Amino acid sequence: MSTLLELTNITKTYPGVVANENISLSVNKGEIVALLGENGAGKSTLVKAVFGLVRPDSGEIRIKGDLIAAGDTAAAINHGVGMVHQHFQLVPVMSVTENIILGDEPRRGIFIDKKKAREEVVALSQRYGLEVDPDAIVEDLPVGMQQRIEILKALRKDVDLLILDEPTAVLTPQEIEELLGVIKNLASTGVGVLFITHKLREVMAVADRVVVLRNGKTAGATTPQETNEEGLAQLMVGRNVVLQVDKSDAVKQGIVLSIRDLQANDDRKHTAVDGFSLDVHAGEIMGIAGVEGNGQRELVEAICGMRPRLMGSVLVDGQETPDMAPHKVHRMGISHIPEDREKHGLVASYSIEDNLVLNQFDQPPFANGWIRNATALEQNATNLVENFDIRTPSIKTTAGALSGGNKQKVVVARELSQNTKVVVAAQPTRGVDVGSIEFIHKQLVSARDNGAAVLLVSAELDEILSLSDRIAVMFGGKIVAILDGKDADRAKIGRMMAGLAS
Amino acid sequence: MKYLRSWLLPAIALLVAFAVGALMMKIQGANPFVAYKSLFTSAFGSSAGIAKTLGKATPLIISGLAVTICLRAGLFNIGVQGQLLAGALASAWAGYAIKGLPTIIHLPLALLFGVFFGALTGIIAGALKAFRGVHEVITTIMLNSIVLQLGEYLAYGPFKEPGQQLARTPEVLNSAKIPQIFGMPLGFFLGVALAVIAWWVFKTTTSGFRMETVGRNKSAAWYAGISVKRSILISMFVGGALAGLGGAIETLGVVGRYEPAFNGGIGFDGITIALLGRANPLAVIPGSILFGGMRGAGASMQFAAGVSPDIIDLILAIVLFLVTAPLIGKMIKSIRDTEQITTGGWGN
Amino acid sequence: MRSRWLMFAITFIAILYFYMRDSLVTTSVIGTAITFGLPLAMAAMVGIMCERTGIVNIGIEGTLLVSSFVGFFTASASGNLILGLISAVAMGAISGLLLSLLAVTWKMDQIIAGTIINILATGLTSFFYKQGHTIPSTFPEVDIPGLSSIPFFGPVLFMHGPLTYAGIILIFVLWVALYKTPWGLRSRAVGEHPSSADTAGVSVIKLRYLNVAIAGAFGGLAGAYLTLELVGSWDRGFSAGKGFTALALMIFGRWNPIGALGAAIFFGTAQAVTNQLMITQVVTIPQQFTNMLPYVLTILILAISAGKVRAPAAEGQPYEKEQA
Repeated sequence: MSTLLELTNITKTYPGVVANENISLSVNKGEIVALLGENGAGKSTLVKAVFGLVRPDSGEIRIKGDLIAAGDTAAAINHGVGMVHQHFQLVPVMSVTENIILGDEPRRGIFIDKKKAREEVVALSQRYGLEVDPDAIVEDLPVGMQQRIEILKALRKDVDLLILDEPTAVLTPQEIEELLGVIKNLASTGVGVLFITHKLREVMAVADRVVVLRNGKTAGATTPQETNEEGLAQLMVGRNVVLQVDKSDAVKQGIVLSIRDLQANDDRKHTAVDGFSLDVHAGEIMGIAGVEGNGQRELVEAICGMRPRLMGSVLVDGQETPDMAPHKVHRMGISHIPEDREKHGLVASYSIEDNLVLNQFDQPPFANGWIRNATALEQNATNLVENFDIRTPSIKTTAGALSGGNKQKVVVARELSQNTKVVVAAQPTRGVDVGSIEFIHKQLVSARDNGAAVLLVSAELDEILSLSDRIAVMFGGKIVAILDGKDADRAKIGRMMAGLAS
Repeated sequence: MKYLRSWLLPAIALLVAFAVGALMMKIQGANPFVAYKSLFTSAFGSSAGIAKTLGKATPLIISGLAVTICLRAGLFNIGVQGQLLAGALASAWAGYAIKGLPTIIHLPLALLFGVFFGALTGIIAGALKAFRGVHEVITTIMLNSIVLQLGEYLAYGPFKEPGQQLARTPEVLNSAKIPQIFGMPLGFFLGVALAVIAWWVFKTTTSGFRMETVGRNKSAAWYAGISVKRSILISMFVGGALAGLGGAIETLGVVGRYEPAFNGGIGFDGITIALLGRANPLAVIPGSILFGGMRGAGASMQFAAGVSPDIIDLILAIVLFLVTAPLIGKMIKSIRDTEQITTGGWGN
Repeated sequence: MRSRWLMFAITFIAILYFYMRDSLVTTSVIGTAITFGLPLAMAAMVGIMCERTGIVNIGIEGTLLVSSFVGFFTASASGNLILGLISAVAMGAISGLLLSLLAVTWKMDQIIAGTIINILATGLTSFFYKQGHTIPSTFPEVDIPGLSSIPFFGPVLFMHGPLTYAGIILIFVLWVALYKTPWGLRSRAVGEHPSSADTAGVSVIKLRYLNVAIAGAFGGLAGAYLTLELVGSWDRGFSAGKGFTALALMIFGRWNPIGALGAAIFFGTAQAVTNQLMITQVVTIPQQFTNMLPYVLTILILAISAGKVRAPAAEGQPYEKEQA
């Protein structure tokens, strides 16, 4: 068995963070190696180093025995490495063909040979059984199809080593099955596969070997035969994991948040939320389960007054909230932990102090009339930093200088400290370290216990399952079914998320 | 330490720019020491010189503030020149055409004319940005040229001084002229006061916080319920109003009338001063005094050393380059972490 | 989209109508329109090449100013127009490299970077400017044999100076290159989504440097055209806002070379027609208002087209490789 990839003692540090510390690993021909780890464990950094997108500080990368210089993407490509990136590396406005040939275009003279390029794409898609329309514009295609293009792009140059960085994050359970089949097929033709995931089931299903990373270090190496999901989870988190969040039964009270026949478009003016109705009671966590891109983001923004409601209404305690007026909606008692904290949730160059009052800076006690109250700001910040365990040298530190988990805690602290009636939490733990996840979960549960109606939107089914008192499954902008959190069955929800019959 | 840093970078930039300027003079065969000495003694060496310097600094402070405030709100207002001219033109008209008022009414009225037309010019660009998404850099530059042509037309035509060959308006009436204190136009103190007010507004008021939030992160501002459009309109209105005031003060306090040769370069110096002060309203004051001195005394280098005052343009351009490009920060580590200035970008 | 076609249709019908009425004047007006429009179109190409690779170039004005300055004074000192042309093009390329240094390598705010180029250009040219210099002649008109005797199209298209032909040809070359060659595909990919180009082995940094420098050289050609072929002299503030108008034409032409050329010719036509009306005294408008026309048109064009067109997505953002 010949070695395709050999990493020796790879170390990469970012200011304040060690992303990779002395990591060694190898991949052989025809082998599927799973790289498992929590968010922030250093998986992506490591494979980006292999592909030359990140320059490691020290360590050696050998592909087929040849030493590869740090940061040399072209050399990696020439050595037969293909990579499917976590964030799609596709040019949205270009055609499928253009995207696949980019970087190595078939030529006729100085021009691109468009006919040949198209033929090549058709042949490639037939060869691997991945059907695509070579002339379609990428941004018009569904996510699963875009992923296919990514894979074809990676396979185009007779790849010997295929790296897949969290390829299943945005797929339906059915699409995941299909993808795992493709991976197995490839391995059987002799391609080595390095497969990154944090989903244990996928590892057990396809991997020949598993390397587990934790906090930038190798936490262990094993095979699916030698271990089980519990064992992998323990390696990944470093202690016995409580898959269930500690919480008492919900004490359901009256309806607080009521969404009626809501309709909203996405940014490209296609219907994204399509007649959505839901009631959420005080004292319960309502989870919205669904594959990303089924209207969840638009739903949240429409509820919070950040996206035009084409039809329908959102009521808090029976009072209609205004459309397109986030401030007024907030004032009526809807807190919003936004999905994109860097874009909406924080002003990176503002201090923690200012970020903690971002949407109530003009309210007493933080302002008297139009004069801001420095003492109240400081007091508020000092309290919240302590109560929400925000790790920062000072309340004057800029939010941009914090780690992902602490940034999110700033947002959560701001939104949950306001004694609101409704909490809308969109992907509240995305890109956050394990410790912070646990903390944020506890805070959401305690908001519920204090009588708030919590609407939790998450792409992580596990998060939905462990936190929700009731679960609404969303598909194609509509609710497919509402289930009780206790007897929710993962497989059944998975089928519903894919739009299959309940 | 922080204060040292924020002063160090502009200081080094100035030194380097003067050194380059000296080199240029040397190449032209002039003596740079003689030239610089005459520049500084004539600008700061006598009370008359200082008065002149502060007089020159007055419109610079105000136009520097006009750029600074917009920069804080994420807008790059490089149309201060046009807004200034609009203010100068309007105040000149109000100063000569409205007759029979006492100073106490006439002067504020004439100033208000300048403020209003400056603000009008500014808000055209603001409205185009807020409602049509047109970038302010292009519109304000175009408005500069439009106002310049308009001013020329009026000075040659309807506003022309009767019986004059030259294109210029009649002189403003005494009742609209800004009185002088200690040989210095009152405007300087007004400029300093405005800078302090601007600083205070950004530091402690909710309005300042609103504008600044929009400047730093439009999406977060929207999330926080701050109207981005309103902020754009307000900051361009205030920026234009300030620039208009600057033009009015220069007209009513120094020039006494509008003529097409009115020094619009004040607007461009305002950009450099604002960037030099890293969008801090208080930093506009020392920057403007320095620039005012150099502009006011530039001609003395011609007499003393035969150096063209155009060298000032070159020196100021180099200062701007050194302050905004992270060149010095790359060479001197201790001042590396100074925050870079950014505009609102090209998109919306 | 509709406004564009409407504009072209109106222009076409108007030309046809006036040609029927007075072929001589119409021919000369349209010839003038090309003369007015071409430098703007060439300057717009600078913007297109930069923005297609994701670099905003507010400094076109400075490039025009400094390259025309260098071109003029080199030609004046050497008495050689070709030498003037070469130095103008080289100066343009240098200004492009400076922009790359500021915007690509140092990752500065691109609007400020462009402004610096404009202010530096103003400072340098006004300091080194000397009055009273002249060049021996401008580039002479070259009539293309045969083609120039075609009625209407001959005088309009085939009786110009060499830099006019070079400019028009290069605009078409750029159009073909942008849409039909690997270089064009890669450039557009870098401007839309740089990390996807990077992961496909295309060096974002190198391509941006290359394109911005070539764009600068193009701006240098435009500067040379203005001073050495069109005007024959140089004065302070010579570029007169053309670099900014060019950006508006680029947006109106949807970052497409042919679109921008069309917009520039429309622009030139508006000016030429106004001039003609003034000359024949059909209307009498103060000179200052006709001077204002290009600036007002620029604002109108932007107000009409902005928000409806889609700019290259990665425009204005420095590329951070490790965030790929």
